[in-house]
Amino acid sequence: MNSLKRGLGIVWMMLGPVTIFYLLKTAAAEIARKPHIDTKIQWAVFVVIFIPIAIGMVIFGYYAFKGEYDQLPESSKEI
Amino acid sequence: MTQSKTIWQVIAASSVGTLIEWYDFYIFGSLATVIADQFFPKTNPTAALLSTLATFAAGFIVRPFGALVFGRLGDLIGRKYTFLLTLVLMGGSTFAIGLVPGYATIGFAAPLLVLLLRLIQGLALGGEYGGAATYVAEHAPPNRRGYYTSWIQTTATLGLFFSLGVILITRHFLAPDLNTSIQRFNDWGWRIPFWVSILLVIVSIYIRLRMNESPLFAKLKTEGKVAKNPLKESFGHKANLKMVLLALFGATMGQGVVWYTGQFYAQSFLENVCGVDFDQSRTILIWGILFATPFFVVFGGLSDKIGRKWIMLIGMLVAICSYQYIFKQFLTLTSPEGKTELTDHRKLLEDKVIVSPANPADSIHLVTSEVHYNDGAVFKEVKSDTLFSDASRAAVTKTSIKYKDKKLNTWAYRKLIVWIFVLILYVTMVYGPIAAFLVEMFPTRIRYTSMSLPYHIGNGVFGGLTPFIATLLTTIYVTDKLSGLWYTIIIGAVCLFIGAIYISNRIDPDVND
Repeated sequence: MNSLKRGLGIVWMMLGPVTIFYLLKTAAAEIARKPHIDTKIQWAVFVVIFIPIAIGMVIFGYYAFKGEYDQLPESSKEI
Repeated sequence: MTQSKTIWQVIAASSVGTLIEWYDFYIFGSLATVIADQFFPKTNPTAALLSTLATFAAGFIVRPFGALVFGRLGDLIGRKYTFLLTLVLMGGSTFAIGLVPGYATIGFAAPLLVLLLRLIQGLALGGEYGGAATYVAEHAPPNRRGYYTSWIQTTATLGLFFSLGVILITRHFLAPDLNTSIQRFNDWGWRIPFWVSILLVIVSIYIRLRMNESPLFAKLKTEGKVAKNPLKESFGHKANLKMVLLALFGATMGQGVVWYTGQFYAQSFLENVCGVDFDQSRTILIWGILFATPFFVVFGGLSDKIGRKWIMLIGMLVAICSYQYIFKQFLTLTSPEGKTELTDHRKLLEDKVIVSPANPADSIHLVTSEVHYNDGAVFKEVKSDTLFSDASRAAVTKTSIKYKDKKLNTWAYRKLIVWIFVLILYVTMVYGPIAAFLVEMFPTRIRYTSMSLPYHIGNGVFGGLTPFIATLLTTIYVTDKLSGLWYTIIIGAVCLFIGAIYISNRIDPDVND
């Protein structure tokens, strides 16, 4: 199970940049399709909000890859 | 005073305040279309609706910031005074929204003020939930933590229930004649549900002032062990940050999208995609909520026996597997196809010609009729013919027929209530145990901060944006009316996968550390 957790860490690390790429690509396409202020605001909000979350996903993947989730803490003393 | 009596007082005081905060937060969303008319330029109805939804979303996006600000305060000065402050901010800003003059009176200042107040609402809500859940959990015995905190979980749904109820009652009782009453409601009566909030908040502040500080926090304070910098301890230390990330990606992200799909996108879908009548779409939701709400407590209590993890994950699984089918049922049950019209009952409501918004040289002939069917359903049919000014296209007929304000027959209405009940049942599975789950993940000294952030990113950002993103997807993939569900299904599936592999089903026996 721990190898699966670590192996999947690579998937989560890749998911972050893929999400950012898809987000930026869709935002550019939608703004080009409908160049209104509403469209620009909507997509700017999505990009600003979801990029830090995607970075969080990369960090999560990195921790998983390094085995940080092999054993979860059972007491607050471990945190 | 017995321990049992104390815990019920704690639950009551926490729940009433949290319920009012949710009520305040939801009346804005429930009145999105009315508010769009009042505060945003009317040049394009879709733009106005999107602007309101964006404002609605703004309320959600700032929630994680509220979680940081008030979570930090809660870990520094205590749970009691922090969620008293959030209550005052929420009540004050809600009341003030009801006082802001419309766009027609003060111009651009109106939407700006509304946006500002909405942001304050979002901040306050971001600080409230973590405090209430932590407060109850820190009073609860270990073997009943899921059960007692699940009462806090009911408040979000009950807040929606009360907001819908107050709106419907106000909309119906402003004049003896229903049409006049609705007209008055759209003009000024929509402000009443906002004003009602101040009375509720005063009662809640009174109740909360009589509460004591959480015993665990009070103990930490006495021992001088209160966190010096909760933000740094929560997110600057790898050991805690990894748990915050796990809580977000393995639980709250999926829980948020299931919640907002079941309660908000479902209602928006019924009203805007299926064209169900305003009152019916809301009463369907009210009944669904009423029948499903006890299950928050059922699943919260069950989580004390079998663990939190699998109840939440099974809820996510059945939700993402059945959404397409259930929403397809919504379309089928509200479709005019297969119905037989009672032609002698057809009533012409309006016949007019308007300037085409696409090309001012063209015009559109609109005929609105009331159509009665043999199964008892009554729909409004809007037939539009574009009349081209260009002689070369004058012979071309571009006709479209749309149905709106659909009043369903009893059978279809009840069947929709059952489907909404099922959707909210999924919500109760993912949401009922989550407060106990989050509380058990983090230590007392930084609990408020640590659990609030993943909760509000999961619910505020992933969940709160669900109706908005789903609606947006349906405008991109116009041929598929169910395309909006892919957002929920993908986010839910990723969360389910992460949760199943990385999260533990262990119930922490001691949250006193």
